[in-house]
Order: sequence, then C-alpha cells, then structure tokens
Amino acid sequence: MSEIIASVTGQLHAALVALFGFLFIPFGDPELWERYGNRIVSGLGITIQIVIITCTIGTVLGLIASFALASGNRWLRAPFRLFSYSVRGTPLLVQLFLVYYGGLQFRGTLEALGVWWFFREAWYCVLLTYTLNTAAYQAEIFRGAIAAVPQGQWEASRALGIGRWQAVRLVILPQAMVMALRPLGNEVILMIKASALAALVTVLDLMGEARYAYSRTYDFTIYIYAAVLYLILVEITRRIWLVLERRLTRHIPDATASPPPGA
Amino acid sequence: MSASELLSLLSFGEGGWGDELLKGALLTIALAVVTFPFGIGLGLLLALAQRSGGRIARSLSVTFTWVFRGLPELLTLFLVFYGAQIGLRQLFATIAPGVIIEIPAFLAGVVALGVVNASYASEVWLGAFTAIPRGQYAAAAALGLSRSQTLRLVIFPQLLRVALPGIGNLWMVLLKDTSLVSVISLTELMRATQVAAGATKQYFVFYVLAFGVYLAISAISGEAFGHLERRSARGRERGA
Repeated sequence: MSEIIASVTGQLHAALVALFGFLFIPFGDPELWERYGNRIVSGLGITIQIVIITCTIGTVLGLIASFALASGNRWLRAPFRLFSYSVRGTPLLVQLFLVYYGGLQFRGTLEALGVWWFFREAWYCVLLTYTLNTAAYQAEIFRGAIAAVPQGQWEASRALGIGRWQAVRLVILPQAMVMALRPLGNEVILMIKASALAALVTVLDLMGEARYAYSRTYDFTIYIYAAVLYLILVEITRRIWLVLERRLTRHIPDATASPPPGA
Repeated sequence: MSASELLSLLSFGEGGWGDELLKGALLTIALAVVTFPFGIGLGLLLALAQRSGGRIARSLSVTFTWVFRGLPELLTLFLVFYGAQIGLRQLFATIAPGVIIEIPAFLAGVVALGVVNASYASEVWLGAFTAIPRGQYAAAAALGLSRSQTLRLVIFPQLLRVALPGIGNLWMVLLKDTSLVSVISLTELMRATQVAAGATKQYFVFYVLAFGVYLAISAISGEAFGHLERRSARGRERGA
C-alpha cells in the first residue's frame, strides 16, 4: 500500500514539475526551473500538508472550544475566552517564535518530560502553533454560526423529546455548518497564506524553497514562480469551496446567487 | 531566574532591554499608523473603480485585489523589497552607474502592507456601499447635487458608519502584519525582541513580553474602535 502511494506521489510530483516548467517558460530562464523545480514542487507539497493537517485538527478543537465559549458555566468559558482573545490579538509570527525558541530555553525541563523530540523539530512546532491558532479563529466562527441558528430550533427539538446531545448533532450543527461554510473557506485561505511563515523557522515549504533558491542564485524570478503557485493554490481552494457551498445549500433557494450588478 | 534579574533585564539604559523594546513598540505603531490611511484610501479608490469605473479600471482593480489577497503577506513584502531594489538598481545602472540604491525597510513595509491592506479594504468598502439605500442617490440627484458632491456629502458620511467595524478589523490585521517587516531588518517590536532574546538567551521571557505588548496594543485599539462605533451610532435609533 505505502509503495503504491509513494509511486503515485512520485509520478504526481514529476508531472507537476513538468507542467509548471512549461507554464513558467514565459517568466524566465528554463534552466532555473530545471535546477530548482523539484524543490519548489516538494515545497508546495509541504505547504499543502501544513494547511490540511492544521485546519483539520483545528476544526475538531475549534468545535469543542466553541461549545465551551458558548457555555453557561463561567469557569468553563473563561479560559477558552482568554485563549481565543490572546491568540487573535497577537501576530502568528510571535506565537510561532514563542513556541519554537521559547521551547529552546526550557530544554532541560522538556527533556525530563520526554517531549523534547517534539519541540526540537521546527516542523512539529509549526503544526502545533498553527493548529492552536486556527482552532481559536474557527472556534469564533462556529460560536457565531451556532448562535445564528434560531432559538426555535432548540425549542422544537425539546418539544420532540430529542436529547440535548442529539439536538446538537442532528438539528443544530447541520444548520450551523452551512452558515460557517463561507468564513471557514476564508480561514483556510488565510492559513495557506500564513503557512509561508514556517519558512522563517527553517521549514522548507513553498516559501522556504523559494528563499533557498533565491539565496543561491539571487534570481528574483524564483519569487515570481512562488507567487504564481500560491495564487493557483488559493484560487483552486476558492473554487472547491464555491462548489461545496453550492452543493450544501441546494435546498435553500438563491442562497449563493450573486447580487444583481450595480447593487 | 529571580525577579531582580528579570527587572534588570527589562530595565532602561545600560544592560537592560527596556528602551530598545519600547523603541521597537513605538516603531510598530508608527508603521501601522502611516500605512493605515494609505491602505484605507487606496482601498476606497479600488472599490470606486470596481463600482463605477470603466471596463479597464474595473478589471485592473479586480486583478489587483485578487493578487494581493491571494499572496502570502511575507511574499508580497519580499516582492516589494527585493523587486524595487533590483528595479531601481537596473534603472540607475544605465543613468548613473556606481550609485548604490537601498530601499528603506520602513518604506518597503508601508508599500507592501499598504497594498495588502488596500485589497482587503476594498472589500469592506464594497460591502458598505451595498448597505446604502438607492433612495439616497435619487434624493441627492433630486436636490441637484453633482456626482462628486453626492459621494462626498451624502454617501460617504453614511458609508463610514457602516464600514467602521470592518475598518476596525483591518487595523487589527495590519497591526499584527507589521511583525513581518522584522524579516527585512526593520527594528520594530518583533525584531527588537529577536535581538534581545538572541543576546541574552532568554527567549521565552522576551517572546512572552512581545506577546503581551501586542495583546495590549490590540486591546487598546479594540476599545478605541468600540468607542468610535458607539459614537458614530449616536442619534440613530437602536437596532437601526
């Protein structure tokens, strides 16, 4: 199985190198792509991995946190509020450096706890920081979406004798998810863009590989290549989200119809 | 580490990093304050071009916002910083060879963060425009106001009130994005923190401190915008 996956990703990688090499002919010297195309495409893979891993775990954590944020219990709500507020009020770059370099200072303690292998690797620090960061933003998205489900839906569930947990799962969440869809798409795009910061702590994502190639060649075109790839990635994500949105709101008339021109 | 050691680390003057960090924080605020009107203003122009410009102006504006909303801010910063440097160098190589041009990091920061901010601002303005009832335009026309008068005297004051929450958000995003300019060696708060942390090896202390300072600036800005929003809603019915 893993051999098949390796062979498929290998072929996909080669195909992408060839495809983008062809695309980039008008931008500059083909030799540049020949030397760095492989690295750039694998950097793109790392960028996609960062976004998929952190956004997925972030969704799960964000959902849990959103219920805590909306909870009636003050002692449950307070720590999540503080977390969400401070994550959203500070730059991701500071958070990333706090985890990566801050961990360095506590090497002894972390070794004693047996988690030094985790904080030593920039890759894990990036995944941890980004997951917590997107979880905070997604928690706010879900909190808003759940609050936007009309109160009558809760009452109707109670009247039907459905338990609280079942009401959440069968009645509230499906409606909230539809409302959360658009801001979630924006959050994924923000994460694609934010993932570039990983390059600053030595992770070789798309930005990291572009920086590496630039430091070797001082050829500015490499940044243009990277820019084009980021734009393609963001545009594909946006379109996937449009399709998803249309599909999930089929039952709502005109939910995604564009406003009339000039409105 | 004892409390007195910590205090001397953060003291002002010789051996302490307090003054360096304060200077950095002030530079962060200065960068955001200078960039913000530029971003908001350019954003309004972009929005106007998309609403009422000709075909060329419209597609230029759409492309501009599409590109700068899609690129990582860090990459935009590199494109502006290195791109302008290389462009100017080539320009000067032909007319005045031997002259070495350095782009000030502050200026590169203002331009890069400004264009990104403007792209998001154009969306905020466009959204606000849709909230202005058409009757306002009709009434202005009935009063014999010209197009620019209508915009300046009738639409803009209402637009500002509608757009204010979005503008507050843009300020918060901009404030956080200023930390990126540290990578082109502008000694704002983030860079000052890196220098202090690297020199003393007290990484955790200094990054926690920076975290706190950014949080404090965000909290104060949040209060200020909340105040502005309440003020701009004066004289309006509740819930209107």
